[in-house]
Amino acid sequence: MPLLDIVDLRKYFEVKRGFFGSKGYVKAVDGVSLSLERGESVSIVGESGCGKTTLGKTILRLYEPTDGRIVFDGKDITHLTWKELSWYRRETGLVQQDPSGALPSFMTVKRILEEPLIIHKVKDREERMERIYKVLEQVKLTPVEDFLEKYPHMLSGGQQQRLVIARSIILRPKLIIADEPVSMLDASVRVEILKLLQSLQRDYRLSIIYITHDLSTTRYFSERICIMYAGHIVESAETRELLTNPLHPYTRALLNVIPDPDPSNRFIIREVPAGEPPNLLNPPPGCRFSPRCQNSMKGLCDVKEPPMVEVRKGHFVKCWLYG
Amino acid sequence: MSRLKHFFRQLLLYKSATVGLAIILGLIAISIYTVFSIPYSDAIKLWRAGEQYWLDTPRNALPSWVNLFLSKKLPETIILDTENPQVGVSKAIISAGEESSVIKVEFVFDYRYDDFPSEINLFFKSSYNSSPPRLTIHWVKPNGEDIVLKSMLVAKDDRYYISNDEKLAKRLRSIFSVKLNRTIGYDLPISVLLFAQEDESLLDPGTAKVMKGTYRLWIDGIAFEKDVKLDAKLVVYGKVYGWAGTDHLRRDLGIALLWGTPIALSFGITASVSVALIQIFIGALCAWFGGKVDTVLQRVTEIFMVLPFLPTLIMISTLYKFNIWVLLLIVILLSIFGSGVKNYRAMFLQIKEFPYVEAARAYGASNFRIVTYYLIPKVLPTIIPSMVLSVADFVFLEAALAILGLGDPLAPTWGKIINDAYVNGALYKGLYYWVLEPSVMLALTSLSFAMLGFTLDKIFNPKLREI
Amino acid sequence: MAEPHLTVKNLVMYYRTVRGEVKAVDNVSFSLPRSKTVAIIGESGCGKSSLAKSIIKLLPRNVSVYKGVILFDGVDLMKMDEETFRRDIRWVKITYVPQAALNSLNPVIKIGEQMIEPLLLHFKIRKAEALEKAAKALKRVGISEEFINHYPFELSGGMRQRVIIAMSMLTNPELMVLDEPTSSLDVLTQANIINLLKTIKRDLKLSMIFITHDVGLSSELADRVAVMYAGQIVEFASADEFYRNPKHPYSQKLMDSVPTLKTDKKLDFIPGSPPSLLNPPKGCRFAERCPYRFEKCKESPPVIKLSEDFYVRCWLYEKR
Repeated sequence: MPLLDIVDLRKYFEVKRGFFGSKGYVKAVDGVSLSLERGESVSIVGESGCGKTTLGKTILRLYEPTDGRIVFDGKDITHLTWKELSWYRRETGLVQQDPSGALPSFMTVKRILEEPLIIHKVKDREERMERIYKVLEQVKLTPVEDFLEKYPHMLSGGQQQRLVIARSIILRPKLIIADEPVSMLDASVRVEILKLLQSLQRDYRLSIIYITHDLSTTRYFSERICIMYAGHIVESAETRELLTNPLHPYTRALLNVIPDPDPSNRFIIREVPAGEPPNLLNPPPGCRFSPRCQNSMKGLCDVKEPPMVEVRKGHFVKCWLYG
Repeated sequence: MSRLKHFFRQLLLYKSATVGLAIILGLIAISIYTVFSIPYSDAIKLWRAGEQYWLDTPRNALPSWVNLFLSKKLPETIILDTENPQVGVSKAIISAGEESSVIKVEFVFDYRYDDFPSEINLFFKSSYNSSPPRLTIHWVKPNGEDIVLKSMLVAKDDRYYISNDEKLAKRLRSIFSVKLNRTIGYDLPISVLLFAQEDESLLDPGTAKVMKGTYRLWIDGIAFEKDVKLDAKLVVYGKVYGWAGTDHLRRDLGIALLWGTPIALSFGITASVSVALIQIFIGALCAWFGGKVDTVLQRVTEIFMVLPFLPTLIMISTLYKFNIWVLLLIVILLSIFGSGVKNYRAMFLQIKEFPYVEAARAYGASNFRIVTYYLIPKVLPTIIPSMVLSVADFVFLEAALAILGLGDPLAPTWGKIINDAYVNGALYKGLYYWVLEPSVMLALTSLSFAMLGFTLDKIFNPKLREI
Repeated sequence: MAEPHLTVKNLVMYYRTVRGEVKAVDNVSFSLPRSKTVAIIGESGCGKSSLAKSIIKLLPRNVSVYKGVILFDGVDLMKMDEETFRRDIRWVKITYVPQAALNSLNPVIKIGEQMIEPLLLHFKIRKAEALEKAAKALKRVGISEEFINHYPFELSGGMRQRVIIAMSMLTNPELMVLDEPTSSLDVLTQANIINLLKTIKRDLKLSMIFITHDVGLSSELADRVAVMYAGQIVEFASADEFYRNPKHPYSQKLMDSVPTLKTDKKLDFIPGSPPSLLNPPKGCRFAERCPYRFEKCKESPPVIKLSEDFYVRCWLYEKR
């Protein structure tokens, strides 16, 4: 049984236009299905505005889904109330993009880590301290005593992010959502943090959902990649498979465009799909990528939404080229 | 702790803050001293005590230290009491036969001031069965002249207001007119006539000079019973008293000035802190819950903001008279839905979008916990300057109400002193000290909090932009 | 061999803050031939933005030391007075696109008005003529001319960045300095902008200084690469040399830490963090984090020339 099973998840945000105007809906997540085993990591890759952050927050039930189902560890959590979800909060953790914003500036390291424990009623003070020590050692913020009384602004960016990770695992969750965990860190620090997450995943059988726009990091840190565009998952496959055999035109464009350091790059003008991602208030009919797609088939791609098909084992695409 | 030390070092870099802080600490020291040396209940009793208690102090006397600056030394009060044996007081009651006793009381004192006393009173306490003793009161000036002031029967608790005795005044004037062969005007009071040099200068109260020397007041009396007791007290009222002077009810202003300090401070600080905290809480509720809660609270706030604060307060005060602590409560209630709510709500609306708030929701923090431990502490440092500044506002508010005559009529506050002074025409009468002393205290208090507050604003303000 | 378009020699720029003197640019030298691009690569806080601004003499208010030689077409810009510089060089011959420039467009002024401002300032030109030039420039960057009359908020991020690039080309400059021109943009939009820059480079033969922290991205434009660390250039090499065979240990480690899509390689990271520019360590500034450090590294390594134009600052390459 998968740890996390998401079926046709939708999250729409209501937008009122003026006093008497019509109500619109920003369809941030528009029919996403995904399943994740215990200890598995998957990357959700997409550009900004594609809905990946909303997807992550909806999975954590920071938003209530508009439609669809989320099943965690066999339990349907789609429409549970805040109180009913308190066990779920223990089972999940969140690592955010901005480490300094994610840490309250007026709390010490010790207090920051104690908060989740206090909220989940770990009453014994000694047990709390023990867990804090352990988790700080795991993220290599040592010697622990030096860090306990520090405030977030006294730490470097990498250290802050390690603290955020420590906070996310202190309740021993089964699932972590990491939303752009390294995009605000320096290049030399990024690898360190990603490796840390990887080792935690191994040691604690954590399932991790990486949300990122940087396709190049995903090959090192996740087993599967899902490409997201305009609220849909357009392709999903095992990492190596996707990178060597990209099927969806959007995936191909991404792979084509991301430069590896190579001096010959400066002589090539790359083919890039023109245009911008669609406005999620009024997405184009049919396949959302069709306005920018070279292979778009008039009369089909711009009219009907393509189905998700399994082209090879474990490799799914949402494209009329394969439908 | 080190954060606090670092903060203080930063604060004291500004001279204005150092001065402000020093004054505030001084005021707090005064308050602590006052609270312990004159307990509140005693102070209230003293302040509300009628003339009975204050009978020995002069009316509208200036502070004693004024004499340091004057060439013409103003007199201090001289009290001679037969109940307190001291030099210059002697009393003898000798029984003469079965049914009578002879009473002899003598008061001797030196008078060397340059100015005349403000009043002269004689107080008697006697005990007898049916017939009161009969007394004759004599006054002997340093030049040896003996003047009979009055013959009277003494009741159990009797007093002779020498300086108000009109008949005596007429007599004295005619005596001196004869002596000087000139008419003595009606504007010469008894206190002058009894103490003046008997020459040309006497004709005008402005030029009258004091006859310096030893004065004697002696009482010659007969009692018609055995076992008669009699005690007399002579009070020659000066024109200066204490370190603060006195008011129209002879009360020592020092008491009100001293007690005004803790009252002003506690009023101001309690009001400003309570209002600020409650406003923060309301602002946080509005921002966090949004929706109906927000709408309702916002409209309520707007209604209160539109209501004129001071006129409303004046209106309530004219209809109901209440004590100062009820006034404090009303001021707080009227203030809590003020513009601060809008400010704090705006701050919270920004802060609640911060990633760390979202993270807290992700690990299951309840709404209450987020508002109290995550939102409010972020905002607290920036509201401290406005809290400090509003202390001055509230202190002034209380004083303003008292000055208008609408505050607590019985509380010894600075505003009340000014009100008394105004009602009794202090400035018209030239009694400047009466108005200046409380005004200086008010000004000092407001100034110190303002200086501290503005400096804090300077320090915390850059961080405001961070939000 | 033609005279290089731009030569920077021993450029120094320090500025004073509350906490002390920040040695933002500490003895930097490089050269750039005509119509070529040099990429300045470095992490945040290494001084690359300060370097860019120092070249066009946009100095902070609290500058304490500013010296060196900046030869532009043979003329020393350092010796030029501010008036002449402003009239002839800045935004005329050398244009500068600062970081997050797309956000610095005035939201209440139409795009056309904003674009022609520098033209009207520097040249005696009528407004109508200037607007025409602006329209042509927009076309060149792939934006329809009608946007002259639109407001910035009506454009997406990518389009705004194109407007900025168009603005910087209006005066037909010879040299463009671009500081992280694509940092807040999506991958596809970024590729579009890079394509545009490549086209401009090819067609207009502009020289460019391209500042970025993204090593992969730098290879899209760079003919020469300067790696900056803690206020100094630690390696200056040709693109061919640098991407295939980086010399300085920092360059090597940086390459190792960049994930690649096409090639399989083992990822590595650099422990520790870059030193503060307030008190850079004595001796080699990278020694603390360098796996190859040895005794000599306690002294500051000099510039060790590897060829006519290129060098490395590392004792490992000391000629015996």
